[in-house]
Amino acid sequence: MEPQVVIARRIAQELANGMLVNLGIGIPTLVANYLPEGVQVFFQSENGLIGTGAPPEEGMAHPTLTDAGGRPVTALPGASTFDSAMSFGLIRGGHVDVTVLGGLQVDQEGRLANWMIPGKMVPGMGGAMDLVTGAKRVIVAMQHANKGAPKIVAKCRLPITSVRPVDLVVTEMAVIEFRGGEASLLETGPGISVAEVVAATEAKLSIPSRVPEMKV
Amino acid sequence: MQTISLEQSVAMIPDGASLMIGGFMAIGTPERIIDEMVRQNKRDLTVIANDTASPGCGIGKLVAAKRVRKAIVSHIGLNPETQRQMLAGELEVELVPQGTLIERIRAGGFGLGGVLTPTGVGTEVEKGKQRIKVDGKDYLLEIALRADFALVQAFLADYVGNLSYALTARNFNPIIAMAADTVLANADNIVPVGVISPDHVVTPAPIVDYLVLN
Repeated sequence: MEPQVVIARRIAQELANGMLVNLGIGIPTLVANYLPEGVQVFFQSENGLIGTGAPPEEGMAHPTLTDAGGRPVTALPGASTFDSAMSFGLIRGGHVDVTVLGGLQVDQEGRLANWMIPGKMVPGMGGAMDLVTGAKRVIVAMQHANKGAPKIVAKCRLPITSVRPVDLVVTEMAVIEFRGGEASLLETGPGISVAEVVAATEAKLSIPSRVPEMKV
Repeated sequence: MQTISLEQSVAMIPDGASLMIGGFMAIGTPERIIDEMVRQNKRDLTVIANDTASPGCGIGKLVAAKRVRKAIVSHIGLNPETQRQMLAGELEVELVPQGTLIERIRAGGFGLGGVLTPTGVGTEVEKGKQRIKVDGKDYLLEIALRADFALVQAFLADYVGNLSYALTARNFNPIIAMAADTVLANADNIVPVGVISPDHVVTPAPIVDYLVLN
């Protein structure tokens, strides 16, 4: 299974009926494809839509029905649209149950860096800072390492997105929970040993006596 | 509210003006006003908007024609030309978290000096800003934004200037309509009074100064 698919499938298991969920671009977007049987959630697009559905069939796109990347989407029955103040009131006000975001680095204490690489990539933070600060639960979806360099580090060397720690990081190698300033290894990826996770992780992990393999 | 031709509407905008422009990746941007601004060679503009769209779309056209001196936006990641001009020092970019940007504009239009937000505390966004504690929690003081002109894109406008919006083309539009000295509205459809029911009016007519004729 592709690493992105492992990550997306595992994160989809964190979603429950009726949740309001915001998915970032990249791997997070894939989560919508793997919702467990019978689970229905509301997806929010921060450009002003709750009830975001799959991309439309060819020829069925509407010029004013788009996601936060400006791509055509559909709206599911029960959808609603609103302005940007409302959209970020939902986000900052703690009304979004789960946000899933990509990451460049996450540190020991769960602080996320995902909005810029000084001197190289300055896309702007868009809605990321509000999402990490305000959503009830923040899940990071990312590959475990970048060209061999660990992305789960002792301390972020890139500018952080928020001082609020993320709750969960899911990679193709591990599920790691952040609570009380501690990073705990909850699960290993398919076919991955605890020792392999530790070797690929710079942050200090707290490791229980038994670490199950993720079921994807 | 007065109706006005496209050409006259843009002629009112002086070089160096500050503009709030509706749209999210150019969805809900008054594209024909942008095109006319490029045609009339408006320059040294300060643009306050969600993003600079992508090359060839919406605000991206103003950036490509080098008409923007300063952009106050939340995202430029999908417009490489904005990033290039920024890194070359040709265009000043102030990056603002999206939720903070819309609240600063809302504050400007709603008679508030600013807002207190937890977003950005302890990050690079905090630089130069006042941190204020309320009930033990830290917030940043983010000051209000206003502009000389708001360029608003609506779905429906009636003959007196009431506006309603379509789906995700609403985004910044009803908020910027409150926060500028002069509000120019462009609409996909101009309809008789009564077609937009009072419950469905989002921007009330007295807020709109000029409706650009189709």
